Amino acid sequence: MAEPAIELVGIDKRFGPVHANKDINLVVEDGTIHGIVGENGAGKSTLMSILYGFYHADKGEIKVAGKPVTIHTPNDAIAAGIGMVHQHFMLVENFTVLENVILGVEGGRLLKGGEDRARAQLKKLAEDYDLDVDPDALIEDLPVGLQQRVEILKALTRGAETLILDEPTGVLTPAEADHLFRILGQLKAQGKTIILITHKLREIMAITDRVSVMRRGEMVATLQTARTDPEEIAELMVGRRVLLEVDKGPAKPGAERLRVEGLTVVDEWGVARVDNVSFSVRDGEIVGIAGVSGNGQSELMEALSGIRKAKSGRIVLNGETIDPVHEADPAKMRQRGMGHVPEDRHHLGLVLPFEESENIILGYHRRDAYGKGFNLDPDLVRADARRMNEKFDVRPANEKLKTANFSGGNQQKIVLAREMDGEPAMLLVGQPTRGVDIGAIEFIHKQLIALRDRGKAVLLVSVELDEIRSLADRVLVMFAGRIVGEVPPETDEGDIGLLMAGVTQKEAAE
Amino acid sequence: MAIPYAKLPSWAELGVMPAVNVIAGFVVAGIVVAFIGENPAKAMLILIDGALGSLNNIFYTLFYATSFVFTGLAVAVAFHAGLFNIGGEGQAYVGGLGVALVCLALDHYLPWWIVAPLAIVASALFGAAWAFIPGWLQAKRGSHIVITTIMFNFIASSMMVYLLVYWLKPLSAMGPSSRLFEAGGQIPQFSGMLKAMGVAAGSAPANLTLFLALAAAWGVWKLVWRTKFGYEMRTFGFSPTAATYAGISSVRITVLAMLISGGLAGMMAVNNMMGNVHKLDIDFVFGAGFVGIAVALMGRSHPVGVVLSALLFGVLYQGGAELSFSMPSISRDMILVIQALVILFAGALENLFRPLMYFIVPAPTPVKEAA
Repeated sequence: MAEPAIELVGIDKRFGPVHANKDINLVVEDGTIHGIVGENGAGKSTLMSILYGFYHADKGEIKVAGKPVTIHTPNDAIAAGIGMVHQHFMLVENFTVLENVILGVEGGRLLKGGEDRARAQLKKLAEDYDLDVDPDALIEDLPVGLQQRVEILKALTRGAETLILDEPTGVLTPAEADHLFRILGQLKAQGKTIILITHKLREIMAITDRVSVMRRGEMVATLQTARTDPEEIAELMVGRRVLLEVDKGPAKPGAERLRVEGLTVVDEWGVARVDNVSFSVRDGEIVGIAGVSGNGQSELMEALSGIRKAKSGRIVLNGETIDPVHEADPAKMRQRGMGHVPEDRHHLGLVLPFEESENIILGYHRRDAYGKGFNLDPDLVRADARRMNEKFDVRPANEKLKTANFSGGNQQKIVLAREMDGEPAMLLVGQPTRGVDIGAIEFIHKQLIALRDRGKAVLLVSVELDEIRSLADRVLVMFAGRIVGEVPPETDEGDIGLLMAGVTQKEAAE
Repeated sequence: MAIPYAKLPSWAELGVMPAVNVIAGFVVAGIVVAFIGENPAKAMLILIDGALGSLNNIFYTLFYATSFVFTGLAVAVAFHAGLFNIGGEGQAYVGGLGVALVCLALDHYLPWWIVAPLAIVASALFGAAWAFIPGWLQAKRGSHIVITTIMFNFIASSMMVYLLVYWLKPLSAMGPSSRLFEAGGQIPQFSGMLKAMGVAAGSAPANLTLFLALAAAWGVWKLVWRTKFGYEMRTFGFSPTAATYAGISSVRITVLAMLISGGLAGMMAVNNMMGNVHKLDIDFVFGAGFVGIAVALMGRSHPVGVVLSALLFGVLYQGGAELSFSMPSISRDMILVIQALVILFAGALENLFRPLMYFIVPAPTPVKEAA
C-alpha cells in the first residue's frame, strides 16, 4: 500500500489559554476524499491552517507522502504539493482568470512566457477534470461557482497533489455543488487527494471515503464513510444524541399578518436588489425564502425591518399600511410587533464587546422595565437577562460575560431570546443556524416551530435548502431580486435548485 | 482568525497593567535623560519633588490636573460614541469666551458664588456650540470629525485673537487680553483658603473648580453606564450597524455626544480663568485640549482612569517645569519627550507586557475560539 498522502502526528497548538488542537493524529490516505467535520471552534480550521502554513504548531510533525516536512508558510505547503481553496476566495476581482492563475508564479519579468504556459496548463486541466473556465474572462463577471473553479485551478497549476477545501459549498446552488462534487470525483480518479472541511453531513455521506470528527480541539474518531451514518457522526461531533429531523405537525394558517406589495429596493448604485416583490405571510405558518446568497434576500429583510429604505412598494402589517419608502424605522417596526433575527448577528444583531445582558435589551432598551425615564438600571437588565438565559438555555448562563466569548450557537440563542421573548406577532428570521453547532440548531428549530404553533407568523430566509425544506410550510424562491416561484416544501430538491438558478417554473416544466 | 487576548482579572487589568506601562515609559525616558548626560535618578527625584514635594507644588499639580480632567472627559465621552474629538483645544478656547462674557458683565454686581454657576453654564454652552458644527457636519454631511475638529481649532484661535484685539481688550492695554475680573469673577483658591486659616500654603492656583471636575467625572460615569442614552452611545460606538438595527439614530447620537464633549472641554476655561489668571488671555488653553487626548487614552475612557491619568499628567507638567528649571540641559522639549514616552507605553503599546502577565496571574477563563 502506498504511503499516506498526509500524516499529522501529535499536532498541538495553543493560543494563549485556548487549547485549539490537542495532540491530533490524522492519516489521509493517498487518492481518497477525506472529510473533516466538527462544530464551530472544534479546531478544524486551526488544524488546516497549520497544514497550510498559516500557523506553526507548538508540537507535532507533518509528513507528506511519508517524509517529514517543515511548513512555515503557505509557500512551503505549496512546494510540498498542498493546495487550499479558502471559504472566502483569494482572487483579484478585476484580473482575468489567466492573470489570477499566474499571480505569484509569473516566471520572469515579462508576462508572455508565464501566460502561455498557464494557458496550455489550463487547457489540459479543462480536458482532464471537466474544469472548464474561459481564461480571458474577468473574475468579477464570473458566477461564484466558476470563481471557485478558478481557485481549484490555481492550486492544481501550482502542482498540488493534495487539495484542502474549506466549506466549499456554502455559496453554491445545489446544481453548482453537484458539479463541484463531480470535479472532486474526477480529481480523485486521477490520483489526487482531497481534504474536505464541512459541517454538512449530507456532503460527507455523499462523496467522502473516510471522515474524521473533531470535538473541542480533539480528534475523536476517523471512520469509513460507508460504514457509518449521519446520526453517528452527529453524535460524535456533539457528544450526545441529536435529532437531525425536525419534528413538526401540519401548519394551521390563520389570518394574513404581513402583506408585501410591489416592494422594490435599490442599492447605492441604483441597481434593483429587490425587484417588485409581492407576497404574504399568515399567522401560524412559516414562509421560507430559498435562494443562493446575494439574490436580494438580505435587502428584503432589511427593508421589512425598517433598516433600509425601499424605493417603492407597500407593507401591510397587522392590517396597518406602512410606507417603506418614507417610514423606514426599525424602532417603530419593533413597536408594531415585528421581531427580527438578522442574518448577520455579528454586525447587526449583537454588539460583541458588550456583556451579554446588554445585548439582551438591544432595540428594546427604551422600555421602562429597564429603568425609569432616562435611567438604565443594570440590575434590572441583568435580572431580565437571567430570566431569558434560563428560558432559552443560553450557556454559559452568565449574563456578565462578554458576548464575544459565547459560542456561535449561544450568541444566536441570545438574539432569538431577545426577539422572541415579547411574543412578536411577526418574526423575520435570517440564516438562523449559520455558524451554529448541531446541538443548538436542534434547539433553534424547535423554538421556531413552537412559535409557529402558538399562532405567530414567521418569515424565514436561509441559503441552506435543507433548513428551508424542513422548517417552512410554503417556500418562495428568490432569484436576482425577484420571487421566481412558490412551491410546497416537499418539492424535489433538484426542482427547487433549478428555480434558485433562475430557471422559471414554466421553463422547468418543458 | 485573530488570536484573542484573554481578559485578565480586573485588579491586573486596571491596576498592574497601567502601572507597568507607566514605569516602562519612565525607564525609557530615564535612558534618554542618561543619553544627554544627566543623572536619571536625580532627574526623577527633582520631577517628583517638583510635583509633590510641598503643599504649594501639590496645588500646582492639582491645578493642571483639574484642567486635564475636563479635556480628558471630553475626549472620553466622544470615544464612547466612536467619535475622535480632537477639537478640545478650540472648544475650551471658545468656552473661555463664555466665561469672559459672564464675568465681565456681572463681576461688579454679584458675588462669585452666583457668577460662577452662570459662567460654568456659559462655558459649557459655548464649548458645546463650537463642537456642534463638526458634529452636525459629520452626522448630516459625512465630513470626518477628525478633520473638521482640527480645522475648528484653528478657526477658534483666529476668532479669539480677533475678538480680544478688537473687542475685549481694554483701550489702554498693550497685550491681547481682557481686563482683570473683579472679586465677583474669582473662584477661591485653596492656598488662599488655607492662608485664611493660618496655614502657609504658597500661592498656587488650585481652586474649587477641582470639585466641579470630580462631579463632571461622576456625571460622565452616570451618563455612559447608567442611562439609556449612554447605552445607545456605546452601542453606536462599538457597532454603528447594530445601532441602526436597534433603531438608534446616528445623527442624534453624533450631535449629542459632540455637544456633551464640547461642553466638558469648555468648562476647562473656568478653572484657568476664574480660578487662576482672572482674565481672558490669548492662547490660555496652552495644549490642555491635546493633553486631554492622551489622558483619555491612558484612562481607557473611564472617568476613574481619566481622573488618575489627569493626576499623572499634572505631575508630569508641574514636575517637568521644575525639572527644566533645575536642570537646564533638560529643556521644555525634553519634558514633552518624557510625556510622549509615557503615552506611547500606556496607549499605543498597551499590550506589550500583557503576555508576561499570563505567567504571573492564574490562567484566566478560556476564551472561545472564534469560528
